[in-house]
Amino acid sequence: MVITLLPLFLISAVTIGLLLRSWPILSAYSLKELLFGSIWKPSQGLFGFWPFIVGTFWVTVVGVGLAVPPCLLVSIYLAEYAHAFTRSIAKPVLDLLAAIPPVVYGVWGLLAIVPFVETFLAPFSKRWLAFLPFMAVNSPTGFSILAGGIVLAVMIAPLVISVVFEIFATVPNDLRFASLAIGATRWETIRRVVLPQVLPGIIAGIVLGASRAFGETIAVLMVVGNVPQVPGSLFDAAYPLPALIANNYGDMMSIPLYDAALLCAALILLGVILIFNIAATLVLKRFMK
Amino acid sequence: MNSHIQVRNLNVFYGKQQALKEINIEIPRQQITVIMGPSGCGKTTLLKSLNRFLELTDGTQISGQVLVDGQDIYASAVDVTEVRKRVGLLAQRPTPLPMSIYENVSYGMYIHQMRKDKREYKDAVRHYLELAGLWEEVKKRMHDPATSLSIGQQQRLCLARGLAVEPEIILGDEPTSALDPISSQHIEKKLLELKSQYTTVVVTHTLRQAKRLAEHVIFMYLGEVVEAGPAQEVFNHPQQERTRQYLEGLF
Ligand SMILES: Nc1ncnc2c1ncn2[C@@H]1O[C@H](COP(=O)(O)OP(=O)(O)OP(=O)(O)O)[C@@H](O)[C@H]1O
Ligand SMILES: [Mg+2]
Repeated sequence: MVITLLPLFLISAVTIGLLLRSWPILSAYSLKELLFGSIWKPSQGLFGFWPFIVGTFWVTVVGVGLAVPPCLLVSIYLAEYAHAFTRSIAKPVLDLLAAIPPVVYGVWGLLAIVPFVETFLAPFSKRWLAFLPFMAVNSPTGFSILAGGIVLAVMIAPLVISVVFEIFATVPNDLRFASLAIGATRWETIRRVVLPQVLPGIIAGIVLGASRAFGETIAVLMVVGNVPQVPGSLFDAAYPLPALIANNYGDMMSIPLYDAALLCAALILLGVILIFNIAATLVLKRFMK
Repeated sequence: MNSHIQVRNLNVFYGKQQALKEINIEIPRQQITVIMGPSGCGKTTLLKSLNRFLELTDGTQISGQVLVDGQDIYASAVDVTEVRKRVGLLAQRPTPLPMSIYENVSYGMYIHQMRKDKREYKDAVRHYLELAGLWEEVKKRMHDPATSLSIGQQQRLCLARGLAVEPEIILGDEPTSALDPISSQHIEKKLLELKSQYTTVVVTHTLRQAKRLAEHVIFMYLGEVVEAGPAQEVFNHPQQERTRQYLEGLF
């Protein structure tokens, strides 16, 4: 009993701690000014989180958007088509990929993805896609939302694949056999019998991946450029919330309210991730019981 | 004998373990054939070889032929979904699909595009529910989830679902073993009513059920067919010692 309450207690303690420490800024500025202010100049007393919120949002959306379609196909393949042998290999490989430290993904992003965006994707987009919204190429470097999103997509893929695969595995084989027995193909069986059963679980798995992406710090920080501006394109640099905290906490603490502002950013981050996780866990629990 | 299915030199392995050895049998058209034998002798395996369900298990190896109307269902040009449409299966435990009662019955017809419009689907669903003896009980709740039915009703629903794709052959793997006595009687009664239109193959563990249903009997032991023939002959004058022992309840 005490053990099960411990995490709850810890989360409450962290939340209350953050709330207390960010209280100075919360009482000095209105929530609207903080959340929607687009200028971040702490030395002039301007603390607008909007650039960071938009940056976090875009990096997460791009990461999840790139990860989900291939991950779904891979999970469906592993769960419904692959031989037991393939599965027995895929499982440890996925676990291994999930266990690689984020900083390694960051280095890989720095060495491979940033140059790839700079020398290939950006010129391509400039030539063919620039008329689309969010596709304009304004900055010449590869440090961008897109680079961050690609690195994130690769990072969260093992998690999303594992979770979705597990959810497919909860569908009893008897249901598949019932459908196959009247002459349905495998695909018809997946589409009409299996997928409707697992859809809420798939969404929960994606939300879990999104929450992982949302909070990811190091790997994204290394490739996303870290410019406190409201990004207008996938090729712009951005500055996600976790990177803001990691880069600045401990420095420049002489500026008034700076410390409180960063802890307020942490509070926002914690709040969003808690909501994501609780929602996903509630849905998944229904499946895994 | 007018045989609908002929099995020739069928051997089945699960990995290294041989489950069926050199099976050669004939299954008569539009009669009920009952497969009997002690647990683990290969009854389910033989049944699954008739609708190509064995290949759904990893590591099965199949050799030999299964001819339906003279055509080998394992030939490479044969479409497996077509085989399974012709050869329906009633499972041991009822497995309603996670849909409404109506959709369970229309599912197969819909997959195979067997009707033209909604009206036709509706009429067909009613027809097959009547055929399975379930219509009166469910006509007011067609759009309730199929899982809300009792186990016995679910099994009749599965029968209707199978019949709806117009199979020629119905396989049943101990189709009443999960049911209460009344529901079992329902299913048995339906199988007897339907036998003049369908070739039926039923696995059963209970000798009394075998005697009530069978016109043709196949007796198996340790992966081999020991004896097969018309029910009267096998039950009254078994040729093999093993069959005699089984019929006397010695194992
Ligand atoms: N998927 C499988 N993998 C490995 N061996 C199997 C598998 N299915 C069945 N067997 C083996 O094949 C043999 C025949 O099994 P089968 O299920 O056909 O027997 P059965 O006559 O239907 O038995 P029961 O009366 O208990 O249902 C058994 O020895 C069984 O252990
Ligand atoms: Mg069996």
